Amino acid sequence: MSILRSLTQLFVVCCLSLPLLAHAQDTREEGPALLQALAEASSADKGDVISRIAKSGDERARDWLAAFADGKLSRIEDSGQFVIVLENRGRNWTVADALTGEPMGEVSRRELDTIRINNALRRELDSILSVIDLTVNNAERRLEAARALRGRVDAALSKRLAELLPDESDDRVRTVLQDALAIYRLEQGDITAVAPLSGSLNSEVRAALTSAARSDDPKLVAAANDALASIEQKLKFNRAAETLYFGLSLGSVLVLAAIGLAITFGVMGVINMAHGELIMLGAYTTWGMQQLLPGQPGLALVLSIPAGFLVSALAGVAIERSVIQFLKGRPLETLLATFGVSLILQQLVRTVISPLNRTVITPEWMSGSVMINEALSLTLNRLYVLGFALVVFAGLMLIMRKTRLGLEVRAVTQNRAMARSMGIKATRVDIMTFALGSGVAGLAGVALSQLTNVGPNLGQNYIIDSFMVVVFGGVGSLWGTLVAGLSLGTINQLLEPWAGAVLAKIVVLVFIILFIQKRPRGLFPQKGRAAEG
Amino acid sequence: MWLTRPLSERSTQLFLGILFIAMLLVTVLHVALPEGHALHVSAYTVTLLGKYLCYALLAVAVDLVWGYLGILSLGHGAFFALGGYAMGMYLMRQIGDRGVYGDPLLPDFMVFLNWDALPWYWQGFDMAWFAVIMVLLAPGLLALVFGFLAFRSRVTGVYLSIITQALTFALMLAFFRNEMGFGGNNGLTDFKDILGFNLRTDATRLGLFLATGVALAVGYIVCRAIVASKLGRVSIACRDAEARTRFLGYRVERVQLFVFVVSAMLAGVAGALYVPQVGIINPSEFSPLFSIEIVVWVALGGRATLYGAVIGAVLVNYAKTVFTGIMPDAWLFALGALFVLVTVFLPKGIAGLLPSLRRPKVGDDPAAPGPGHDPGYDPDHDPDQAADAQSPANREATV
Amino acid sequence: MTLKKHVKAGLSALALSIAVSLAPTATAAEDPIKVGILHSLSGTMAISESTLKDTMLMLIEKQNAAGGIEGRMLEPVVVDPASNWPLFAEKARELLAKEKVDVIFGNWTSVSRKSVLPVIEELNGLLFYPVQYEGEESSENVFYTGAAPNQQAIPAVDYLMNDIGVKRWVLAGTDYVYPRTTNKILETYLKDHGVAAADIMINYTPFGHSNWQSIVSDIKTFGSQGKKTAVVSTINGDANVPFYRELANQGLAASDIPVVAFSVGEQELSGIDTAPLVGHLAAWNYFMSVDNDANYDFIDAWVAYTGKDDAVTNDPMEAHYIGFNMYVEAVKKAGTTEVNAVKDAIIGVSVPNLTGGYATMMPNHHITKPVLIGEIQDNGQFTTVWQTPSTVAGDAWSDFLPGSKDLISDWRKPLFCGNYNVVEGTCGGKSKVAAN
Repeated sequence: MSILRSLTQLFVVCCLSLPLLAHAQDTREEGPALLQALAEASSADKGDVISRIAKSGDERARDWLAAFADGKLSRIEDSGQFVIVLENRGRNWTVADALTGEPMGEVSRRELDTIRINNALRRELDSILSVIDLTVNNAERRLEAARALRGRVDAALSKRLAELLPDESDDRVRTVLQDALAIYRLEQGDITAVAPLSGSLNSEVRAALTSAARSDDPKLVAAANDALASIEQKLKFNRAAETLYFGLSLGSVLVLAAIGLAITFGVMGVINMAHGELIMLGAYTTWGMQQLLPGQPGLALVLSIPAGFLVSALAGVAIERSVIQFLKGRPLETLLATFGVSLILQQLVRTVISPLNRTVITPEWMSGSVMINEALSLTLNRLYVLGFALVVFAGLMLIMRKTRLGLEVRAVTQNRAMARSMGIKATRVDIMTFALGSGVAGLAGVALSQLTNVGPNLGQNYIIDSFMVVVFGGVGSLWGTLVAGLSLGTINQLLEPWAGAVLAKIVVLVFIILFIQKRPRGLFPQKGRAAEG
Repeated sequence: MWLTRPLSERSTQLFLGILFIAMLLVTVLHVALPEGHALHVSAYTVTLLGKYLCYALLAVAVDLVWGYLGILSLGHGAFFALGGYAMGMYLMRQIGDRGVYGDPLLPDFMVFLNWDALPWYWQGFDMAWFAVIMVLLAPGLLALVFGFLAFRSRVTGVYLSIITQALTFALMLAFFRNEMGFGGNNGLTDFKDILGFNLRTDATRLGLFLATGVALAVGYIVCRAIVASKLGRVSIACRDAEARTRFLGYRVERVQLFVFVVSAMLAGVAGALYVPQVGIINPSEFSPLFSIEIVVWVALGGRATLYGAVIGAVLVNYAKTVFTGIMPDAWLFALGALFVLVTVFLPKGIAGLLPSLRRPKVGDDPAAPGPGHDPGYDPDHDPDQAADAQSPANREATV
Repeated sequence: MTLKKHVKAGLSALALSIAVSLAPTATAAEDPIKVGILHSLSGTMAISESTLKDTMLMLIEKQNAAGGIEGRMLEPVVVDPASNWPLFAEKARELLAKEKVDVIFGNWTSVSRKSVLPVIEELNGLLFYPVQYEGEESSENVFYTGAAPNQQAIPAVDYLMNDIGVKRWVLAGTDYVYPRTTNKILETYLKDHGVAAADIMINYTPFGHSNWQSIVSDIKTFGSQGKKTAVVSTINGDANVPFYRELANQGLAASDIPVVAFSVGEQELSGIDTAPLVGHLAAWNYFMSVDNDANYDFIDAWVAYTGKDDAVTNDPMEAHYIGFNMYVEAVKKAGTTEVNAVKDAIIGVSVPNLTGGYATMMPNHHITKPVLIGEIQDNGQFTTVWQTPSTVAGDAWSDFLPGSKDLISDWRKPLFCGNYNVVEGTCGGKSKVAAN
C-alpha cells in the first residue's frame, strides 16, 4: 500500500506540477463526489470524469481506475456506498469499501450495481494508467507502459511525453517513447518523423506508416512507401521463421499425442482406440490437480506431470489386464475391444465429472509470448509444449535403449517365445510396456490441457491424427514418430496460408495415403523379424 | 450359373427364408391390421427396419472384404456415403421448383450461397437411371483407384486399415466444405419424392423397406456366390497366406481389387437405399468412427459368415434404438461393454454360437469350423502376418 | 434336423419379438400432456444440449408443481439422438408416432433441425427450437425462439461501427451453414455501409479446429493497417478455447482488436480460463448477469435444481423458458393441445422474458427479442455495454440476401405461407404442392 501511495504521489508531483500535498488533502473530500459522477455519467461523459479523477491527485485514484477498468468498481444498491469487488465468483461477492479500503465481507450480487465500462473507455484508461506507470521506479514496467502508449498518443499526451523523455534513464524506454512520439508526429503529417521509424518492425509503426502512405501529401506518401518497403523486406524473413515455428509447434503436439501410441501400437502391436481417452485422462488430471491446489495453477501443472502419467498408466494397466491380455495375437480385434473401452471412458467422464468442458488455468509463466523482435514473438505455452515433447521423446528413447525394461521390451517384441525361454516374464513386460505407452498419453494430456479444451471429446480429436503419424513414421520406430509428427505439422502450416485450414488437412491426408503406396512400411520401416509386429 | 449356386446351400436358404418371412410378416402386420392393434407394425417401425436392413447390407459388404479377403477396411463408410450422396443428389433434383426459394434448377442451399449455375457434377442427376449408375459407379471408381494403388504396392494389415481411415477422414473434411457443392454440414435433405412416389406416404416407405430387403437378399447371394466360386477360394487363400498364394502364381492384387470394388458397390447401394428412408445425408456418414462401428457390427455378429454380419448390424442398431430411448444417459456404457465382452468372450461372434448351421464339408469356409475342428484354431490369428514374417523374400519385395 | 428346427424357431421368435417390441403401445392420449425433449445427451453436442434437457425438466417440474396446464399434468419424454443427424429424424418420428407427444422442445445444430423438419411437417408436430440460427427458413410447425441474424449479428455490427468506430472487419467462422449465411448477410450489409471489399477478410475453419496460430497471425497482420479492426466470430463451440488462447498469447488484446462472438455464452466460458478474454464481446438476447428479478429467480431455481452452486444459465435456456411459457399460454388460450389449434393460438402470445421485457410470437413463428452486447468479465460473465432501445422482431428471410429479400412469412390466414414472394405475389415451395 505504501509503495502505491508513494507512486501516486510521485505521479502527482511530476504529472501535474501543482502545489500538491495540501491539495491532495482537499481532494480526499472530493472522492465520493467523483465516484458519484463516474457512476452516473453516460458512457460519452465518463471519459471526462475519468480524467478528472486522474487529475484529482487523490491517492486512491489509481486503485479506483484500475478497479473500474476491470469492471470491479461497484455501488451497493440501497446504501449507495462505493465498493471494490475483490472476488466475483458465485452469487455472493467479496467486496471492500472503495473510500476506506476496509474489507466488507460478502455481498449478494443482487445488491450490487457495477459501474459500466466499455472498450473505448478501457483504452483511454489504459493510456492513463500507462502514463502513471511511466513514472514508476521499475524500468521493466516503464518499458511495458511505453510500449502500450505507442499509437495512442494525442496532443496532450505528446507534451507530457516530451517532458518525461529527458528524465528517462533507460535507453530501451527512451527509444520506445521516441517511437511513440514519432508516430504521433507522423499522424500529424510530419515528414521528418518517417526517418526515425523506418527500421522498426512494430505493428503500430507499420499502421502509422500505412495510413501516411494514403495521405494527400505526395512527398510523405513516397517517404512512407520507402520505409514500408524496407520493413516488408525484414518482415518476410520473420514470417518465414514464424511459419516454421507454427509448424514445429503443431508437430510437437502431434508427436506428443502419437508417441504413446507408437509404443503400444508400434512395439506391442495393440491397436488402442482408447489412446485418445488416455490423453483425456491426463488432461482431466491437470484439472483435478488445479482443483486440489486452488490459487497455485503453476505448481498444480508441474505436479500434474507425474500425476497425469500415473493416472493414465494405471488406467492403461487396467485396460491391459481386463481386455487386451485376452486378445493376444489378434491385433485387429484389440481395435474393436478398445473402441468399446473408449466409449465407456468418454461416457464415464460425462457422467462422473460433467459433459461440459472444464477450465484449466494457464499459469502466469506460460502465458503470453517471448519477443524475439518486434515482429516475431513465440507464444510461451506452445514453446513449453515443444520443449516438453522433446524431453518426453528423449526420456522414452533412454528407457527403450538404456534400461533393462527397454531391452526386455525389444526382446519380447522381436521374438516372444525366445525371450520367454531366456527367462523374461513376458506378461510383466506387456503390462509395463502398456503402462508406459498409456502414461505417455497422460503426459500428452497434461500438455494439451494448456492448448485446447479439456472435455470428454478431447481424445477423439487426436486419435486419428495419432494413427496417421505413427503409420507415416513407420510402426515401431520412435524416431519415425518424431520425424513424422514434426514434418506433418510443418507441411500443414506451410500449406495453410494459401490453402486454408481444411484443404491443408485434406492435402496432408492424401499425401499420407500416397506416401504409404510408395513406402508401405512408412518413413522408417523396421527391419528384421519384428517388422510385422 | 455361379450366381444361383448359393441357392442350393442350406445356410443361404435358411437366411433367405427368414428374411422373406420377416418381410412378409412386417408387410402383413402393417397393411392388414388396423392402427392401434397390439400387433400392428407402424410406418415408423417399417422405416426403422428398413434402416436396419441398409446397415445389414453394408455389414455384408464389409464382411466380404474383412471375412474373406482379410482386409480390415476402416473406411467403408465412405463408399456407403458416396452411394448415399448420389441418391441424395437425385432426390434433390426431384424437388424441382418446390424448394423454399422456388428455383427450378438449383437446390435451396445453392440459392442460399448465391450460386448461379448448377455445377457440372450435378448434371444428369435429374434422371433416375443416371443416378442409379452413379450409385454404383462413384463408390466403385473410388475403390478401384484406391485399391489399385494400395494392392499394387502391397500395403497390408494395419497399414491398409489406417489409410482407409485416412481416406474416409479426408472425404469427410472435403464434404464439410461448402465450396464442394454438396451442402456442407447440412448435407442434402427435405426430399419430396422418389421415382414419382411421395416419400412422405406410408406406401412409399413400405416399398423402400421391401426394396431394401430384396437388395439385401441379392447382395447376400452375390457375396455367397463370390465366396463359393474359385475366385472366392483364392481370396480366402489371400486372407490366410497372401505370400504363399502369390508364390503359387495367383495375381493376388487382382483378386483383392475385384472383391474390394464389389464390396464398395454393395456399400454404395446400401447408402442409396438408406438416404430416402432416413431423409438426410450429411458428411457425418464419412466419419471414421462410423466406419469402425460397422466393423464392430460384423465382429459382433461373427466374421466370415455373412449372415453373422446381418445379425450383428440388426442387433446393435436395435439395441441403440431401444437404449437411447429407455436409458439415454447410460446407453454408451451398454454399447461399449457389449463391444468389449463380445470381442473378448465371443471371438467368433454370435454366429459362433450357432455351430449346427454348418455343414461339416471339407473345403468350405474355414472361418466357421464344423464339429471336430480344432477348437484352438482361430481364423483371426492373422496367419497372413505370420506367413509374411517367415518369408524374407516377401519382405524384401515390400520394403 | 431337430437342431435346425430349433434354431429356425428361435430366429423367427427373435424376429417376431423385435417386431412386437417395436410396435407402438396403444396410448390413451388423455390425461397428461406429453412433452418430447429431443436434445443430444451423448456425442459431440452433449456439451451444449444436455443442459437444455435439464432446463426443460426443471420447467416442467415447476409447471406441474403449480398444477400443470388447466389441471392437466405434463409428462416429459426424453430421448437421446446422440449428436447423430439421421438419428434426430428417427427420434422425432419416435416421439410423434410412437410416444404421441403433444409438443417437442429440441435441437441445437442447424443440420439436426433440417433433419427433423420433414418429419415434424409430415406428422404435423410442434417443435420449439431454442438456438440462434441462420434464418432462411419458416415452417408451419416450428417455432424459432432463438435469434435470427437480424436479432444478433446486425445489431452487433452496428454497435462496432457506430460506437467503436471499426473500419476493418474479419469475419471468422466455422465452415457450416450458420456462419456462411451470417457472414454473407454481414458482407452485404457492410458493403451497403461503404466498407471496401479490401477491408473485409473472411475465413472459415473446420469444426473443432485447434491450431489457430497462422490464422491469428493473419488477423494480427490484417489489423495493423492503421484502421480500427474487429473480428466478428461465428466460430462454433470447442474451437473457441484454443482461438482465444492463441489471441491472448499472440498479444491481441480486446482493446486493440475486439472479437464479437455469436456462439460464445456463459456455458462455453465456464470451460475457459477467462483471464485472457476480458473485454472481448458477445451479442446475445440474454445474459446471466442481467439485473432483473425474474432473471435472479430463474438463476436461483436453476441452481437449486442442479444442486450446483456454480451452475450457469445462458441464452438458449432463456429461449426454452420463453418457448415453454408461450406453449403453456397457447394451450390455455386454445383450451386444447390439438396441434392446429395451438398453432393458431400461439401467434400474438406475449410472455415475460428474463431481461425485463416481453417476448411476442410473431406471425412468422419468430419472436421479439432485445439485443444485448456484453463484454466478457474475468468471472465468466458478461456485462452489458449496449442494448437495443426496444425489442427486435425476428426476420425469417434476410433482407440482405438476393435470394430471399423479397420473401416474407406469415402463418396467419388468409396468407398462411412461409415464403411469400411480395414481388411476384406468389407463395413458393410448399403451397405449389398443395395446388398441384
